[in-house]
Amino acid sequence: MEEAPVIKVRDLVVGFGDHVVLDRLSLDVRKGEILGIVGTSGGGKSVLLRTIIGLLPKREGMIEVLGVNLDTASEEERRALERRWGILFQQGALFSSLTVRQNVQFPMRENLKLSDRMMDEMALAKLEMVGLGPRDADKFPSELSGGMTKRVALARALALDPEIVFLDEPTSGLDPISGGEFDGLIKTLQGTLGLTVFMVTHDLESLYTVCDRVAALADGRVVAIGPMPTMLESTHPWVQTYFQGKRGALLAERRVSQ
Amino acid sequence: MMGIAPLLTAEFEGEQLKLSAAGSWTAANAGELEALVDGVAREAPKVRSMSIDMGGVRGFDTFGAWLLERLTRLFSVAGSKAEIVGLPAHDRKLLDEMHGVNRDAVATPAHENKFVSALAALGRGATGSWRDLILFAEMFGALGTAAARVVMRPKDFRFTSAVNQLDRVAWQAVPIILLITFLIGAIISQQGIFHFRKFGAELYSVDLVGILVLREIGVLIVAIMVAGRSGSSYTAELGSMMMREEVDALRTMGFDPIEVLVLPRVLVLVIALPILTFLGSMAALYGGGLVAWLYGGMSPEIYLERLTQAISVTHFKVGMLKAPFMGLVIGIVACAEGLQVKGSAESLGLQTTASVVKSIFLVIVLDGLFAIFFASIGM
Repeated sequence: MEEAPVIKVRDLVVGFGDHVVLDRLSLDVRKGEILGIVGTSGGGKSVLLRTIIGLLPKREGMIEVLGVNLDTASEEERRALERRWGILFQQGALFSSLTVRQNVQFPMRENLKLSDRMMDEMALAKLEMVGLGPRDADKFPSELSGGMTKRVALARALALDPEIVFLDEPTSGLDPISGGEFDGLIKTLQGTLGLTVFMVTHDLESLYTVCDRVAALADGRVVAIGPMPTMLESTHPWVQTYFQGKRGALLAERRVSQ
Repeated sequence: MMGIAPLLTAEFEGEQLKLSAAGSWTAANAGELEALVDGVAREAPKVRSMSIDMGGVRGFDTFGAWLLERLTRLFSVAGSKAEIVGLPAHDRKLLDEMHGVNRDAVATPAHENKFVSALAALGRGATGSWRDLILFAEMFGALGTAAARVVMRPKDFRFTSAVNQLDRVAWQAVPIILLITFLIGAIISQQGIFHFRKFGAELYSVDLVGILVLREIGVLIVAIMVAGRSGSSYTAELGSMMMREEVDALRTMGFDPIEVLVLPRVLVLVIALPILTFLGSMAALYGGGLVAWLYGGMSPEIYLERLTQAISVTHFKVGMLKAPFMGLVIGIVACAEGLQVKGSAESLGLQTTASVVKSIFLVIVLDGLFAIFFASIGM
């Protein structure tokens, strides 16, 4: 019952000048899973994400998303593909001169033919799905707290009902409670909407609670991939320090004893 | 892919309305679906119950789910029973998610009277310009106290920052200022010669160039250039520092942003403007002379001879005296506007525009006031 992977990366090489960040990296993301990407700071997690969505050029290798090869795809196909994914940037990247409602409506307005009433209702529906009320809809991004910004950014990423959502450190900068809530939110949405989630994260708690599989990046490639138990058994030195370090071990113990 | 079977078909069975849905109930078809749903909903008062068979639907997303929810809601509001059959369990979850959505009526802002809103805009504009004046005075005062503090403790002056700013504001501006003023001087000279030639008074074009450039044009052109070039960059710099809370960070570390950020910048403008005015005026006189020679056939010796007769040190002083004050006004307006920036990119753009417009306006007003002042003291 092996389905074709939603994202297929083969022998990807990405670098800046002399510095090679990703070195012949290969990775599969399966349909409907939440894949967490971990790695050292500056180790290429965000670079991988940005390369897959086409913000950074690659030197070698192949990337296929939803069966579309990004190199051979025409402009048309690429645009169609971009409508099928949503991205939550680390800082939210909300349009600061638009209200929350307009931010969420922006992708709908550009890509769909909808009546104003429908667009208003859908924007409020999306906001409600991420736990925000109609009262927040007319605020500007500068009036939002960090957690709310991330929620609005998620609502915007989900505006077109994408099949894949890319999350760049969704819980960074949130307090543990908000972070936990956000994790729960992602899990619920993945359940109801059947999303595939590609999540770059540093948050061990998220890795344990929401991720179906975790991929560890070190030295520019994937050194370990699998569900959390597999990661804990990995013999790679970096993966061991990451998960067996004080904070990692503490969480692992708690999980086992629960 | 779509449109093989109609998205929604209706059939009456007595007082019961039987609907069957097909195709993909997704974002791509949402516009068409909305019209269908609203059309069917108009039948709601005529029937006692409605059932919709979702068995034939192949794609279902939040857009479809919301329209289905809207449909059932419209029927229940009309007092008929609504029933959904054949919806897969998975899609049912999505529908449940939509169930609680859009329940609260959103208060639409009351429609305002056009006359009242025009009056309100006028009032806001008036208080706004009053506020601007206060803001300017506040910044002037804060700058004064910061300057006094720095005079007491000269070590606190940000010397490196000031030198860096001086490089950007004065040194790097020299080429463009020279070029523009050279051209302006040349144009004034050409126009003077062209028109004075009609009554044989070509020689007076030298008086025109000399007095106009030294007293007014030199300093005005330079001030306007600097307001556009450096004033805007001050506003943008301070504005983006405000946006990223850098100014707040400075304040919490016990630094006064006025002293650290504003004072060096304003001081540099006060120093740079006379220098640039001097260079600009010289370039304009040079341009004027060149045109007088090449276009008017006036040899450089005659031009210089006439120039020394036409102008005096007073004219030069009048121009140079105005320059530092214009630098001060540009600096204060630019920094005050920069510190007004709020969180959005739009506000940064607005304040930068306001900064340039206001400083050019104030520079010209100031020039007028100086003209009255110098006339009354006979300079």
